[in-house]
Parts: sequence; C-alpha cells; structure tokens
Amino acid sequence: MIRLSRESVHLAGVPARNHLVLAAGVLGTCASSLSRVLHQGAGAVVTKSIGPEPRYGHAGPCVVVLEDGVMNAMGLPNPSRDFVEELSTLVNEPVIVSIFGGNPEEFHEVAGWFAEKAQAFELNVSCPHAAGFGAQIGTNPDVVKACTEAVKEWKKPVWVKLTPNVTDITVIGKAAEEGGADAIVAINTVRAMRISTGLRRPVLGNKFGGLSGKAIFPIAVRCVYELYEACSIPIIGCGGISCAEDVIEMMMAGAEGVEIGSAVVQDPEIFRHIGEELYAPDGISAREIVGCAHV
Amino acid sequence: MSDGLPVPVTITRVVQESPGVRTIFFDQNFSSNPGQFVMVWVVGTDEIPMALSYPNAVTVQRVGEATSALVTMKPGEKIGIRGPFGNGFTIRGKILAIAGGVGTAPLLRIGLEYPDVTFLLGARTASELIFYSVLSSTCDVRIATDDGSAGYHGYVAGLLDEIDLDEYENIVVCGPDPMMRSVLSVLENRDVLEKSQFSMHRYMKCGVGLCGSCCIDPNGLCVCKDGPVFSGEMLLRSELGKYHRNAAGLKEK
Repeated sequence: MIRLSRESVHLAGVPARNHLVLAAGVLGTCASSLSRVLHQGAGAVVTKSIGPEPRYGHAGPCVVVLEDGVMNAMGLPNPSRDFVEELSTLVNEPVIVSIFGGNPEEFHEVAGWFAEKAQAFELNVSCPHAAGFGAQIGTNPDVVKACTEAVKEWKKPVWVKLTPNVTDITVIGKAAEEGGADAIVAINTVRAMRISTGLRRPVLGNKFGGLSGKAIFPIAVRCVYELYEACSIPIIGCGGISCAEDVIEMMMAGAEGVEIGSAVVQDPEIFRHIGEELYAPDGISAREIVGCAHV
Repeated sequence: MSDGLPVPVTITRVVQESPGVRTIFFDQNFSSNPGQFVMVWVVGTDEIPMALSYPNAVTVQRVGEATSALVTMKPGEKIGIRGPFGNGFTIRGKILAIAGGVGTAPLLRIGLEYPDVTFLLGARTASELIFYSVLSSTCDVRIATDDGSAGYHGYVAGLLDEIDLDEYENIVVCGPDPMMRSVLSVLENRDVLEKSQFSMHRYMKCGVGLCGSCCIDPNGLCVCKDGPVFSGEMLLRSELGKYHRNAAGLKEK
C-alpha cells in the first residue's frame, strides 16, 4: 500500500495535524468529546451542525447499524447559540464549525456567532432528512451560492458539504465555488429507508434517513472524481472511509483530505489506527497522488 | 458489521411493581451482562434506552411520552428491541448493591443471579420500593425511604453508615444522579472508590457511540458505548450530580 509522509497539512485554509478529519454530526455535541477525538489522532474535527434555534431532533429510532453501513435520521438536534460557550475550551484547536440554516441570512447569522472561535465553517446544505434545511437548500445551486457568499463575509475558510442526492453533483459543486467556497466536502449521506417486517413500519422515526458507512464508499469516490474534473477548489472526501487504503483511494479520486464518521461505531480509535497505517517515515507526499487517477 | 435492525418482540406479561413502575415481559430472551441496556422502540412514539431487568424484560417508570405509552401496553402488543448495548458490570466476590427508585432495575439480576449480595434499596416512599419481595428471597435487603414510611428514614446513602465496606469486593450503584453523587461522596470519604461501579443514565439517540448525545464531561466518554457503567474514580470529577445535557445538547441542572 502507498504510505504518506508526515508533512504539515493545510486543508483548504485549516492547519490540520494530518489528513483525517472527524465528520460532522459524529461525537460533535460537546467540547469534551471533540477534544477526545483530537487526542485520539484526528487531524481536525467538525462539530455537530449548529442552527439558528435549539432543536431536539426527530423521534426515535434515530439510528440503526446495518450490515455494511449506518442509517440515521437525527433531525439536526443542536443547542444553537449555547454552543459558542461550549467551544471556549477549544480555541486554537483545529475545529471546524458545521452550520445550517433555512436561508442565506440564517447561515450568515449563525456563522457570525462563531466568527471568533472557528478555524473554518462547514456549510451543511446536504442533510437529507430535515424539512426546510440541508438538502432542501443544497439541491438548488443558486441558494448554495448565496449561502456560501453570506458566510464568506466573515472572512473565514468556508467548506461546503454536498449531498449526493442530486442528478449532477458538479452543478452544486460549481455553485459553491462561484460563491467563494474554499473547499467542497463530498458527500453527505444517501437518502435511504428500511422497514421492520416484524413491526410493519419504517424503522426510523422520521421514516426516511441517510445511509453512511462502507455501503456508500463507491458513491463517494464517484462524486469526488466528478467534482475534481469540474471544480478548481480543494475537495475533502467523505463517505464510507474505514481504512488507510480507502484514504489513498479517495485521494487518487481527487481529495486533499478525508472526513471519517460512521467508522467510529466499529472502532472508537479509528483515527489513531488509520494514522498508524497511513503514514511512514519513507512515505510520499500527498501531492503526488491527489487526483492521480484522472488521465 | 451485523444487521442491527430492531428485533420485534411480543409482550407476554405486565407486572405492576409500584404505582408508577411496571415490568414488561416479552417473548424473547436477550443474552447480556447485568447493567447492559437495550433501545426500546415504542412504535409511533420514540425509542428509549432501558436496562434489561430480566433477560426478557424491561422495567419502566412513566416519565415522558414514550414511557407513558410503554407502561400502558398490554400482552399481545409488539415493541422493537435493539441491543444489548454498553459494557455492563464487572462482578466477583461479595457484592454491595445500592439502588434508588427505578435504578434498581439494572441491578436486579445481580441480586437474583449472584451469591453473597447485600442490597440497599431506596425509594421516596414505601409504595415506591420495587423488587423488595423478589430480592429478599435471594439476598440481604435493607431499605431506606425518604419519608420514613419503611426502613431507614432518609436517603439510601445513609444506610452506608451501618455497613462495613471492607467486607465487599464490588460496590455497584444505580439511581438518580443526586443519589449517586451522594453515594460517591460517601465511598470517597471511606476510601473505597476503587471497587465501586456506577451505572449512568443520559439522553441517548443512537446507543452505539456515534451521535455523541450521551457524552459526559470532562473526558467526552459515551455513556452508551464506554458505559453505562463507570468506576467511581472515573466519575469523581465528572458532571454527575451537577448537570446533564438534554436532547438538544443544552445543559440542564
């Protein structure tokens, strides 16, 4: 397997400790758990998505672990503005604040709360199961562009996390780029459903949810590959990454770094374990492989 | 990964333990360590974490929407079970179990399945003591009630004054946060924290260490995956008894 050298890593405006970033929504509700993930070897962490009002989320079941993935419909639970205080212990750490809103004005407002504390923002325009938010924003290129422009006013790096639940993801990627995004994160979860045959009901309380984990890795690689051809800004790969070989593959598709989420279910110390395998003193620079699969 | 869809079970029997607490038995046993929990899907309402009080039962107190729906369910109706999850208690030797209210449920199997258990059972009032008769057939049970209507008049931690803690190899505890914090303080003062284990309860959405809604300060451990059972030493400087986070992640006293 190709291994990488331990070089200084700059991911689209964020000085990270390595190429591995904790994905949004995973263990990101409190500062103590984000700090724990950083200590366990993540290069940077993305918080739970924070919105304009506190939300309690959907009724359960909110998560089911499947044979090769995880399906969830959390419903964007978050403490809203109280999270500013929560992050006070993580100033100067590589923390990216994920934010959501129902329109560009709300994105601008929420980002403003964190303008002094976040290293960067990640715009959640891709959650597939919250009415009025997420993918309902992120499937419209004009709105994605406007939300990106609104948050860019705070002069911080802005990453835009895209939904795969569109006909052509490059249209949305280009809209983010035109809005001034510093990076595209691809992908969020894939809209999904399971039914309990014994109880004759959809398993998730919200009926529909988002599929993540190994099952969606091929979809994520395809999306990153397409975005690399269409866009000029850095891409952060996300979706089903669970080992060092996956990281290399995602980089070859065009990702400069990766986000890891669902894999923590099987291995809470996944960042340390992947890091131990991914890096070596005689490893090569990531620059040599990012996008190398494009000919 | 294995498929973790909820397992449908049919309720076979409902036992009234106290005015507000019922044990719901179902038609399937779940292999688990005492102290592990399951996510109970009350179809159409919500999914909530609950201790397995027996291999085929959960014991529920009416507190919110889902528990209110669950306590009124009848034999023949179905619920979904995910799990068991979490670590459970590590148990050996002579055991002291300290329980408050419905927190007795995660400790019940220890009292029933292990030899040499002393059980301190607390409740607000005599009618809210649960599992007293079943436990007194297998172990030494001592009672405390807040109002003095049965046993010792006061909190269950007060019963510890009459216990020689050196006799016990394990001290296992479950109950409301203020009760567990007061027990923790007594055990710390008597220098026996290293053999104590506490079962924590926090708001949970996933049960598998993914969402972070049950993480506790200051170390960010997940109650669902790293717990729910933690050593007393680990909890000494924790949020226990001071605050917890609600479904939105907002801190509440």
